Amino acid sequence: MSIILGIAMGLLLAAAGLALTRVALGPTNLDRALCLDVVIVIITGILATQIVRSEDASSLPILVVFSLTGFVGSVSVARFMGRKEDSE
Amino acid sequence: MNWTALFDIAGAISLLLGALLAFIGAVGLVRLPDLFARMHSATKPQTLGLLLILLGLALTVRTWGAVATLLIVIGAQGLTAPVAAHMLGRAGYRSGTTEEDLLHIDELGEAYRRMQR
Repeated sequence: MSIILGIAMGLLLAAAGLALTRVALGPTNLDRALCLDVVIVIITGILATQIVRSEDASSLPILVVFSLTGFVGSVSVARFMGRKEDSE
Repeated sequence: MNWTALFDIAGAISLLLGALLAFIGAVGLVRLPDLFARMHSATKPQTLGLLLILLGLALTVRTWGAVATLLIVIGAQGLTAPVAAHMLGRAGYRSGTTEEDLLHIDELGEAYRRMQR
Protein backbone atom coordinates (compact mmCIF):
# COMPACT_ATOMS: atom_id res chain seq x y z
CA MET A 1 0.00 0.00 0.00
CA SER A 2 2.54 2.61 1.09
CA ILE A 3 5.00 1.30 -1.54
CA ILE A 4 2.38 1.83 -4.27
CA LEU A 5 1.71 5.35 -3.00
CA GLY A 6 5.44 6.07 -2.89
CA ILE A 7 5.85 4.94 -6.51
CA ALA A 8 2.87 7.10 -7.53
CA MET A 9 4.36 10.11 -5.77
CA GLY A 10 7.73 9.52 -7.46
CA LEU A 11 6.09 9.28 -10.88
CA LEU A 12 4.19 12.53 -10.28
CA LEU A 13 7.34 14.33 -9.14
CA ALA A 14 9.22 13.07 -12.23
CA ALA A 15 6.32 14.25 -14.41
CA ALA A 16 6.50 17.71 -12.82
CA GLY A 17 10.25 17.77 -13.48
CA LEU A 18 9.77 16.87 -17.15
CA ALA A 19 7.05 19.49 -17.62
CA LEU A 20 9.30 22.11 -16.00
CA THR A 21 12.09 21.05 -18.38
CA ARG A 22 9.81 21.98 -21.29
CA VAL A 23 9.02 25.28 -19.54
CA ALA A 24 12.75 26.00 -19.46
CA LEU A 25 13.32 24.92 -23.10
CA GLY A 26 10.49 26.99 -24.60
CA PRO A 27 10.67 27.69 -27.54
CA THR A 28 7.63 30.03 -27.45
CA ASN A 29 5.70 31.47 -24.54
CA LEU A 30 2.66 29.45 -25.62
CA ASP A 31 4.58 26.22 -24.93
CA ARG A 32 5.45 27.55 -21.50
CA ALA A 33 1.84 28.44 -20.72
CA LEU A 34 0.69 24.97 -21.85
CA CYS A 35 3.29 23.23 -19.69
CA LEU A 36 2.52 25.35 -16.63
CA ASP A 37 -1.11 24.29 -17.05
CA VAL A 38 0.10 20.68 -16.93
CA VAL A 39 2.19 21.46 -13.84
CA ILE A 40 -0.98 22.72 -12.09
CA VAL A 41 -2.73 19.43 -12.87
CA ILE A 42 0.28 17.46 -11.59
CA ILE A 43 0.32 19.52 -8.37
CA THR A 44 -3.36 18.63 -7.91
CA GLY A 45 -2.41 14.96 -8.27
CA ILE A 46 0.46 15.34 -5.78
CA LEU A 47 -1.91 16.91 -3.24
CA ALA A 48 -4.40 14.07 -3.74
CA THR A 49 -1.67 11.46 -3.26
CA GLN A 50 -0.50 13.24 -0.12
CA ILE A 51 -4.08 13.21 1.26
CA VAL A 52 -4.19 9.44 0.75
CA ARG A 53 -0.75 8.96 2.31
CA SER A 54 -1.42 11.07 5.41
CA GLU A 55 -5.09 9.94 5.76
CA ASP A 56 -6.03 13.55 6.54
CA ALA A 57 -8.71 14.96 4.22
CA SER A 58 -8.60 18.54 5.51
CA SER A 59 -6.77 19.86 2.42
CA LEU A 60 -9.45 18.73 -0.05
CA PRO A 61 -10.74 22.30 -0.72
CA ILE A 62 -7.31 23.24 -2.09
CA LEU A 63 -7.97 20.82 -4.96
CA VAL A 64 -11.12 22.75 -5.87
CA VAL A 65 -9.23 26.06 -5.86
CA PHE A 66 -6.50 24.64 -8.13
CA SER A 67 -8.95 23.15 -10.61
CA LEU A 68 -11.06 26.32 -10.80
CA THR A 69 -8.23 28.84 -11.23
CA GLY A 70 -5.48 26.80 -12.92
CA PHE A 71 -6.56 27.59 -16.46
CA VAL A 72 -6.66 31.38 -16.02
CA GLY A 73 -2.90 31.68 -16.58
CA SER A 74 -2.73 29.93 -19.94
CA VAL A 75 -5.93 31.58 -21.20
CA SER A 76 -4.67 35.07 -20.39
CA VAL A 77 -1.26 34.37 -21.97
CA ALA A 78 -2.99 33.07 -25.11
CA ARG A 79 -5.38 36.01 -25.18
CA PHE A 80 -2.70 38.67 -25.05
CA MET A 81 -0.25 36.99 -27.43
CA GLY A 82 -1.99 37.38 -30.76
CA ARG A 83 0.92 38.77 -32.76
CA LYS A 84 4.10 37.10 -33.94
CA GLU A 85 6.53 39.53 -32.40
CA ASP A 86 5.07 38.98 -28.93
CA SER A 87 5.57 35.24 -28.87
CA GLU A 88 9.35 34.95 -29.10
CA MET B 1 -10.30 -9.94 3.07
CA ASN B 2 -12.91 -7.33 4.02
CA TRP B 3 -14.37 -4.47 1.99
CA THR B 4 -12.24 -1.78 3.62
CA ALA B 5 -8.97 -3.37 2.54
CA LEU B 6 -10.36 -4.06 -0.92
CA PHE B 7 -11.38 -0.43 -1.43
CA ASP B 8 -7.99 0.75 -0.14
CA ILE B 9 -6.11 -1.47 -2.59
CA ALA B 10 -8.35 -0.53 -5.52
CA GLY B 11 -7.85 3.14 -4.65
CA ALA B 12 -4.07 2.77 -4.46
CA ILE B 13 -3.93 0.94 -7.81
CA SER B 14 -6.06 3.56 -9.55
CA LEU B 15 -3.86 6.27 -8.02
CA LEU B 16 -0.79 4.51 -9.42
CA LEU B 17 -2.36 4.25 -12.89
CA GLY B 18 -3.26 7.94 -12.80
CA ALA B 19 0.29 8.90 -11.83
CA LEU B 20 1.62 6.71 -14.66
CA LEU B 21 -0.62 8.50 -17.17
CA ALA B 22 0.49 11.90 -15.87
CA PHE B 23 4.12 10.77 -16.30
CA ILE B 24 3.47 9.55 -19.86
CA GLY B 25 1.88 12.91 -20.69
CA ALA B 26 4.90 14.77 -19.32
CA VAL B 27 7.26 12.58 -21.39
CA GLY B 28 5.21 13.52 -24.44
CA LEU B 29 5.60 17.19 -23.55
CA VAL B 30 9.37 16.87 -23.72
CA ARG B 31 9.59 14.62 -26.79
CA LEU B 32 6.95 15.88 -29.24
CA PRO B 33 8.06 18.39 -31.87
CA ASP B 34 5.64 21.34 -31.89
CA LEU B 35 2.85 23.07 -29.96
CA PHE B 36 -0.06 21.25 -31.60
CA ALA B 37 1.45 17.83 -30.95
CA ARG B 38 2.28 18.80 -27.38
CA MET B 39 -1.30 19.89 -26.78
CA HIS B 40 -2.40 16.27 -27.28
CA SER B 41 -0.15 14.98 -24.53
CA ALA B 42 -0.97 17.98 -22.33
CA THR B 43 -4.73 17.48 -22.40
CA LYS B 44 -5.75 13.87 -22.89
CA PRO B 45 -3.47 11.77 -20.64
CA GLN B 46 -3.42 14.51 -18.03
CA THR B 47 -7.22 14.68 -17.78
CA LEU B 48 -7.65 10.91 -17.63
CA GLY B 49 -4.76 10.67 -15.16
CA LEU B 50 -6.29 13.28 -12.87
CA LEU B 51 -9.64 11.47 -13.14
CA LEU B 52 -8.02 8.18 -12.04
CA ILE B 53 -6.13 9.90 -9.20
CA LEU B 54 -9.33 11.49 -7.90
CA LEU B 55 -11.16 8.14 -8.24
CA GLY B 56 -8.43 6.58 -6.13
CA LEU B 57 -8.79 9.37 -3.58
CA ALA B 58 -12.58 8.87 -3.43
CA LEU B 59 -12.13 5.09 -2.99
CA THR B 60 -9.70 5.67 -0.13
CA VAL B 61 -11.39 8.51 1.77
CA ARG B 62 -15.00 7.16 1.38
CA THR B 63 -17.07 10.06 2.72
CA TRP B 64 -19.89 11.76 0.79
CA GLY B 65 -18.40 15.19 1.42
CA ALA B 66 -15.12 14.15 -0.19
CA VAL B 67 -16.95 12.59 -3.16
CA ALA B 68 -18.95 15.81 -3.70
CA THR B 69 -15.76 17.89 -3.58
CA LEU B 70 -14.05 15.59 -6.07
CA LEU B 71 -17.05 15.78 -8.42
CA ILE B 72 -16.64 19.58 -8.39
CA VAL B 73 -12.95 19.16 -9.22
CA ILE B 74 -13.68 16.75 -12.09
CA GLY B 75 -16.42 19.01 -13.48
CA ALA B 76 -14.24 22.10 -13.34
CA GLN B 77 -11.36 20.24 -15.00
CA GLY B 78 -13.63 18.95 -17.76
CA LEU B 79 -14.91 22.45 -18.45
CA THR B 80 -11.65 24.40 -18.25
CA ALA B 81 -9.11 22.08 -19.92
CA PRO B 82 -10.74 22.28 -23.41
CA VAL B 83 -11.12 26.06 -23.10
CA ALA B 84 -7.44 26.52 -22.28
CA ALA B 85 -6.34 24.15 -25.07
CA HIS B 86 -8.58 25.89 -27.59
CA MET B 87 -7.25 29.34 -26.68
CA LEU B 88 -3.64 28.14 -26.88
CA GLY B 89 -4.17 26.41 -30.23
CA ARG B 90 -5.86 29.48 -31.69
CA ALA B 91 -3.12 31.82 -30.49
CA GLY B 92 -0.45 29.40 -31.73
CA TYR B 93 -1.95 29.20 -35.21
CA ARG B 94 -2.55 32.92 -35.56
CA SER B 95 0.89 33.92 -34.33
CA GLY B 96 2.43 31.64 -36.98
CA THR B 97 5.18 30.38 -34.72
CA THR B 98 4.28 26.70 -35.15
CA GLU B 99 5.90 24.69 -37.92
CA GLU B 100 3.30 24.33 -40.65
CA ASP B 101 5.17 21.59 -42.54
CA LEU B 102 4.44 19.29 -39.57
CA LEU B 103 0.68 19.63 -40.18
CA HIS B 104 -0.81 16.85 -42.32
CA ILE B 105 -4.16 18.60 -42.85
CA ASP B 106 -4.56 22.37 -42.54
CA GLU B 107 -8.31 22.85 -42.41
CA LEU B 108 -8.15 26.29 -40.86
CA GLY B 109 -5.60 27.80 -43.24
CA GLU B 110 -7.82 28.50 -46.26
CA ALA B 111 -10.59 30.16 -44.25
CA TYR B 112 -8.03 32.14 -42.29
CA ARG B 113 -6.29 33.46 -45.44
CA ARG B 114 -9.67 34.34 -46.98
CA MET B 115 -10.48 36.33 -43.86
CA GLN B 116 -7.18 38.19 -44.04
CA ARG B 117 -7.90 39.53 -47.54
